[in-house]
Amino acid sequence: MSNDAAFVEFQRVQKSYDGEILVVKDLNLSLPKGEFLTMLGPSGSGKTTCLMMLAGFETATHGEIMLDGRPINNIPPHKRGIGMVFQNYALFPHMTVAENLSFPLEVRKIGKSEREEKVKRALDMVQMGAFGSRRPAQLSGGQQQRIALARALVFEPELVLMDEPLGALDKQLREHMQFEITRLAHELGITTVYVTHDQTEALTMSDRVAVFDDGRIQQLAPPDLLYEEPENSFVAQFIGENNTLEGVVKSIDGDSCVVTLDDGSEIDAKPVNVSAAGERTKVSIRPERVEFNKDRLHADAHTLKATVKEFIYMGDVFRFRLSVAGNDDFIIKTRNAPDAVRLSPGQEVEIGWLAHDCRALDA
Amino acid sequence: MTDATQSGPMLAADGTPLKKSLARSLRRRKLRALALIAPLLLFVLLSFVIPIVSMLFRSVENGIVAETLPLTVVELKNWDAESGELPDEALYAAFTKDMVVAIDEKTHTRLGSRLNYEQTGMSSMFRRSGRQIKKLDPETDGPFKDKLIDIHDGWGDIETWRTIKTHAVPITNGYFLNAIDMRRTPEGAQAQPEDKQILIKLFGRTLMMSLIITASCILLAYPVSYLLATLPMRVSNLLMILVLLPFWTSLLVRTSAWKVMLQQQGVINETLVWLGLVADDARLVIINNQFGTIIAMTHILLPFMILPMYSVMQTIPPSYTRAAKSMGATNWTTFWRIYFPQSIPGIGAGSILVFILAIGYYITPEIVGGTKGVFISNRIAYHISSSLNWGLAAALGTILLAVVLLLYWCYDKIVGIDNVKLG
Repeated sequence: MSNDAAFVEFQRVQKSYDGEILVVKDLNLSLPKGEFLTMLGPSGSGKTTCLMMLAGFETATHGEIMLDGRPINNIPPHKRGIGMVFQNYALFPHMTVAENLSFPLEVRKIGKSEREEKVKRALDMVQMGAFGSRRPAQLSGGQQQRIALARALVFEPELVLMDEPLGALDKQLREHMQFEITRLAHELGITTVYVTHDQTEALTMSDRVAVFDDGRIQQLAPPDLLYEEPENSFVAQFIGENNTLEGVVKSIDGDSCVVTLDDGSEIDAKPVNVSAAGERTKVSIRPERVEFNKDRLHADAHTLKATVKEFIYMGDVFRFRLSVAGNDDFIIKTRNAPDAVRLSPGQEVEIGWLAHDCRALDA
Repeated sequence: MTDATQSGPMLAADGTPLKKSLARSLRRRKLRALALIAPLLLFVLLSFVIPIVSMLFRSVENGIVAETLPLTVVELKNWDAESGELPDEALYAAFTKDMVVAIDEKTHTRLGSRLNYEQTGMSSMFRRSGRQIKKLDPETDGPFKDKLIDIHDGWGDIETWRTIKTHAVPITNGYFLNAIDMRRTPEGAQAQPEDKQILIKLFGRTLMMSLIITASCILLAYPVSYLLATLPMRVSNLLMILVLLPFWTSLLVRTSAWKVMLQQQGVINETLVWLGLVADDARLVIINNQFGTIIAMTHILLPFMILPMYSVMQTIPPSYTRAAKSMGATNWTTFWRIYFPQSIPGIGAGSILVFILAIGYYITPEIVGGTKGVFISNRIAYHISSSLNWGLAAALGTILLAVVLLLYWCYDKIVGIDNVKLG
């Protein structure tokens, strides 16, 4: 992604509220037109602050935010032309749904007939055409969410910001809305910046995900890379389920290395954040990539002895909790296939994995 | 539960109707609740409801004539007030009899003051005649007509008897007529003479000034409440204490402070003269008139406007204004179209509170109002404590109460009382 094509760009942005603590530390981020970018992170990681700076409700303490090539630090929010969906929807309670949608068009001095037509189109777009005369309080949470979405899109902004818009919905509705939002965003070709703390949401909806922690972007990557190739142990643990074992790098050989775990046993891993033998590391392996069928491993692969502690039946998958190298919370997942093996508690097995599935990260 | 196919009331497990069994199980709880509020209920009943009801009753109650002059009242029924002739001897005899009893019980002066409200001079007439009528013996000293007229010309005036007859009814609308600048006459209700018409004007002035006070409270309180609701908690708490500070100071002290500030030799005038903005011989008259009352009462009632406004504004999430701005609304549009409509319940609640308090305010107009800046409540107080015309005071009070209730009703129709939020 070249800088020339950047539609939204954060350049060395810092933000502090009290002059003592930086909430956002040296943020650099650029996204091209049409991208769906999610800012994901635990609460207090600075993601919402970034969104608010982009919307214009907070000012950057240092650095420049560019929109379509223009610095926008000194442009007030109402002149930025950015659509926004809020966590609690922020539908105006004293206006009907149609009046809510009409509001951004009115302040743009768009004629009445054109306004009505756009409102109708926006309502149809979110399948709420019949609800124009209702008040927000008469709608369910999911319906309010659709209206909020329609209201953010009705004036055809090129950039839409969403601040945890699905937080208040139940699981089923949330999954449905995730799909709706991505569909609309791609159909209309709008650039979207989406803030959430829900990683499933981030993975399923986004073109790219920026994982925030401690005021910095820890990793910025498409969902599959983020999940399969986390660049540091924070990302590895924050995204998806993850097993961590601690140890010291014994030897590095190009694309693979051997790590001596704290209990003395050795395993294969892919060096990511380690550069030399003797460094401490945390190795990270996804539960579904652990193999306990010896036949499927390389003949010379290192294996670990493990004791099954617990078997959890979850329908589509089996989940086992094992004790491995002093870690009692080592999880393995297998698909509930016809030939799947059910391990029973107390059973001793040997586990291993392919070297490139196991990542040696920072300690 | 019994089976669903059975008709009739639902039965509990032991066969008694479910409703009855539920009522029984709730009875203890209800009794307990009642016992908890009983002391307050009793207190309110004894010290508030009963006095108010009895006061309201005074506005129409008029037993005094019939009680003091029972025989006279019977005789007056036979006399035609329109005839233009004095009543006959029988009435004078009955009157003397009544008066002798009344003088004995010393109730004739009270009757005199009562009738004096209707016709001036009655009070002194009763008092002065009393001494001499006492010497008459109703059995032997007749005929009385000429003797009474000798004692006081008033007894030979048809108007005297017409007044007594008009006000002999036990329930009267006379006080209410007086309260709206009319009077009860033998020919029915009539307007008071021009020089006695002050009460309607006073009602009008009270309403007008209360409206002005409410409006100035809205103007002053709105920005303050907005600030309180939007500032960070720590700062707004401090400001809130400043708003509440007056509540910890005596009302009398605050009002007297205004007297010090506003009088012609007061702080404001002295400062203006010293600055040369006002000539020494043209000091501003800003007290003992309507202006003084409005200033002092606006100041005193301001917290009652700020508090409800603040509590409503506090519930308006900042995301509404943010949403409006993100949609392209300027600060002014955002305020006027989004923020202001949502703050109206606060304005409504504050206005009702301030207006109702203002309309019945007494002490502040009494101190800083002079003669032009007093309210109807000051007139009521005057009739209660100085002229002792409690009936008129009660009638004025009743009208005031009715006006407040009427306004309240209108407000409910227009804005809806359930839109009012105090917290």
